[in-house]
Amino acid sequence: MKSLLQITGVLLVAVAVLIYINSQLTDTSSRASSGTITVFNWGEYIDPELVTQFEEETGIRVIYETFDSNEAMLTKIQQGGTRYDIAVPSEYMIEKMKEEDLLLPIDQSKIPNLENIDPYFLDLPFDPGNQYSIPYFWGTVGIAFNPTLLDGQTFESWSDLWSPELEQQVILVDGAREVMGMGLNTLGYSLNSTDEQELRQATDRLKELGPNVKAIIGDEIVETMRRGEAAIALVWSGQAADIMYVNEDIDYSVPQEGSNLWFDNMIIPKTAGNVEGAHAFINFMLDAEIAAQNADYVGYSTPNLPALDLMDPEITGDTRFYPTEDMREELEVYRNLGPVMLGKYNEYFLEFKMSMNRN
Amino acid sequence: MGTTSKLAKVYLALVFVILYAPIFYLIFYSFNSAGNMSNFEGFTWEHYAAVFQDTRLLSIVVNTIIVALLSALISTAIGVVGAVGIVYITNKRLRQSLLSLNNVLIVSPDVIIGASFLILFTMIGVRLGFASVLISHIAFSVPIVVIMVLPKLQEMSSTLVDAARDLGATRRDVFTRVIIPYIRPGIFAGFFLALTYSLDDFAVTFFVTGNGFATLSVEIYSMARAGITLTINALSGLLFIVTLILVLGYYFVVNRAKTPFQTGVPK
Amino acid sequence: METKSRTFLMVPYYLWMVLFVVAPIVLVGYYSFFDIQGNFTLENYQNFFTGTYLSLTLSSFWYAFLITVFTLLIAYPTAYWITKTKQKQLWLLLIIIPSWINLLLKTYAFIGIFGMNGSINNFLSFLGLERQQILYTDFSFIFVSVYIFIPFMILPIFNALDKLNPALLDASRDLGASQWVTFRKVIWPLALGGVKAGIQATFIPALSLFMITRLIAGNKVITLGTAIEQQFLVTQNWGMGSTIAVFLIVFMVIIMVLTGDREKGVNQRGNY
Repeated sequence: MKSLLQITGVLLVAVAVLIYINSQLTDTSSRASSGTITVFNWGEYIDPELVTQFEEETGIRVIYETFDSNEAMLTKIQQGGTRYDIAVPSEYMIEKMKEEDLLLPIDQSKIPNLENIDPYFLDLPFDPGNQYSIPYFWGTVGIAFNPTLLDGQTFESWSDLWSPELEQQVILVDGAREVMGMGLNTLGYSLNSTDEQELRQATDRLKELGPNVKAIIGDEIVETMRRGEAAIALVWSGQAADIMYVNEDIDYSVPQEGSNLWFDNMIIPKTAGNVEGAHAFINFMLDAEIAAQNADYVGYSTPNLPALDLMDPEITGDTRFYPTEDMREELEVYRNLGPVMLGKYNEYFLEFKMSMNRN
Repeated sequence: MGTTSKLAKVYLALVFVILYAPIFYLIFYSFNSAGNMSNFEGFTWEHYAAVFQDTRLLSIVVNTIIVALLSALISTAIGVVGAVGIVYITNKRLRQSLLSLNNVLIVSPDVIIGASFLILFTMIGVRLGFASVLISHIAFSVPIVVIMVLPKLQEMSSTLVDAARDLGATRRDVFTRVIIPYIRPGIFAGFFLALTYSLDDFAVTFFVTGNGFATLSVEIYSMARAGITLTINALSGLLFIVTLILVLGYYFVVNRAKTPFQTGVPK
Repeated sequence: METKSRTFLMVPYYLWMVLFVVAPIVLVGYYSFFDIQGNFTLENYQNFFTGTYLSLTLSSFWYAFLITVFTLLIAYPTAYWITKTKQKQLWLLLIIIPSWINLLLKTYAFIGIFGMNGSINNFLSFLGLERQQILYTDFSFIFVSVYIFIPFMILPIFNALDKLNPALLDASRDLGASQWVTFRKVIWPLALGGVKAGIQATFIPALSLFMITRLIAGNKVITLGTAIEQQFLVTQNWGMGSTIAVFLIVFMVIIMVLTGDREKGVNQRGNY
């Protein structure tokens, strides 16, 4: 018993020392603050230098937290345990949060830099008049492929993925909307379809893809493709950019039958504690130079027009990542289909996944 | 006997090689100047330098260790007392149901634990951050401590306790001088597993944390979107070496004190 | 007075149980009766017995079974031989230390080791053999799961073996029993408690493994845990997620009863 108590004592002293060290560490990183804002963003979705620059320019301290899915973010904001001032959800989630009355209206007079944003990305159906959200990044869903591992095959059409030569070659992203959307697009249906029969057909079509599917994974796709582990992957455009940044062999294409066009926007949750600071942050991120630096760092497509002029024309002129307006016309934005329909999509997706286990 | 021990050595060596293989793999690439985990290009210390420049990351590491140590200590204390209490419940059915309840958290997927704890904390009004994370880690570590201590208690012969009682020991004495020393290995096992649970947990922590408080696994999981940087590899390498030194150091310090009494009895 | 102090000591444990076990179970049970729109329904339970979820449950059990068997096969000899080493506590510590390195990182390492261009395949091609698909197969999934659970299985078994009285083994040998007979008649039955604890600490969590199912098995294996996680975090159908969780808890209780000790020592202890 005595030795147990001794060990406990040693450990408690260690904890005390650690708490002291920690107070020293946080002390250096948080001086001179006029207010604080808490930013809730995807991991690696901002250039950390910009956060520091914002703190220095405004004197507002930034607490930065990250999430890994729209739904996880929603759960935390709904619960209201932390007063998040800024979050960066995708469009369908913004629609949902709006319905659930979780957002504060944005005062556009406090965001003069809004004029930098390409009007194409403003006033979209999920948030008419940008009452609640301001564009951050945007992109598409398409096929990333490695021509060196394939004999010259290209992917103009989704149905190319079904080719029998591609056995165990295709990686899919673990998202019901993305994969079901691909199934629907292949058959010429809308990726926002709510028709049971169309969904049934899409699922059956996907099951035929089974033998070609190597894996259904998440963000690891980027690393997997970089290493040349697989030849083909269904990905978001930003992931493709990340892959190509390291492995130049890879190409990216958005199939002609149509695909998804997505937007991640900044919003202010209803629980915000520092609304002024949140507006200042949004305005800061919309500054042309800041946005350009951020886009360079993150690798996704920026909606900021003057920022495009500041960036490498080789990147901004690449229609794979900055498709022209005509090309964008072919693409569809996800609608919030409501919980029941989303449930159906996931049931069908689960059925597809389960069907792979049998072979 | 000689053949058995040779076989034993080979077998143990193999198990250890497999257990440590992924860790050495991580450490190996932490010296890679190419900045990825696939092609080793050249040797560099830069990822280690990066660890020490990142105060945010260091502070997260310290947070993680504080939570792990405190939660393991407290859950061990609660779990040991709980296990002793359970074993000496006379009603068989009550004991079985308590044991089943005890194990619920071990089987529950982290997401459910996290979500339900989050609801709970919101209802009670616990501020999300250090406290909520610590409480959750204690909560999910208690049952594993109980499970580790229980077999030791069950096999402890009751005559031992009876003898102590007959010799006039109070219940308190029985607890501190008979039971605790006997189940000591179980207590250590429980403590170390609680530490393991705490260091590894991502999902529960993610749900119940807030106001800028983060642990290492939450940070690593959220970084996964853009691929893990080798800074994290370097950090794991450092943590691994430090842990190894601490554990081995502790072990030899404790054992040296004992060796005079133990030498001369080679097995 | 002494009884009181003992009850008082138990307060934190009971408090823990009510707050973090009973309350969540009640919540999960409650949610399982609501559909995705928040209406009272029994549909979730009906749903569970349709094709998809039943086959999911079966395959989840099958994989958990395989994982437990392999973990036990590897852990038992390891624990046994560690008890025979001179510095057994040190070796035991060395078994646990790897599990303190973040699981996701180790998983990434495994991805690197098992990958098409990974260490094993490089070795195979060095030997002039063809590269094999190892990642995203049943093999890699079971291998990594076993890797994760090995310390959790070794610890209780080690504890049980370590306290075996050597005199018993000597007696058995003196009576002419072979090593195998000694093992089967003396060691195995006496250390059975540790094995059971190890199985509980492996089989049940193996049913609810997630992350690994995606990272290592590429979602070709889906466990009950993955399904629950999806329902809670992706579909946000807490009702269905809770229903699966209710079944998981039921399965757990069944397994507990099956592996629980047959109450041999009740009366001995009852008189304390």
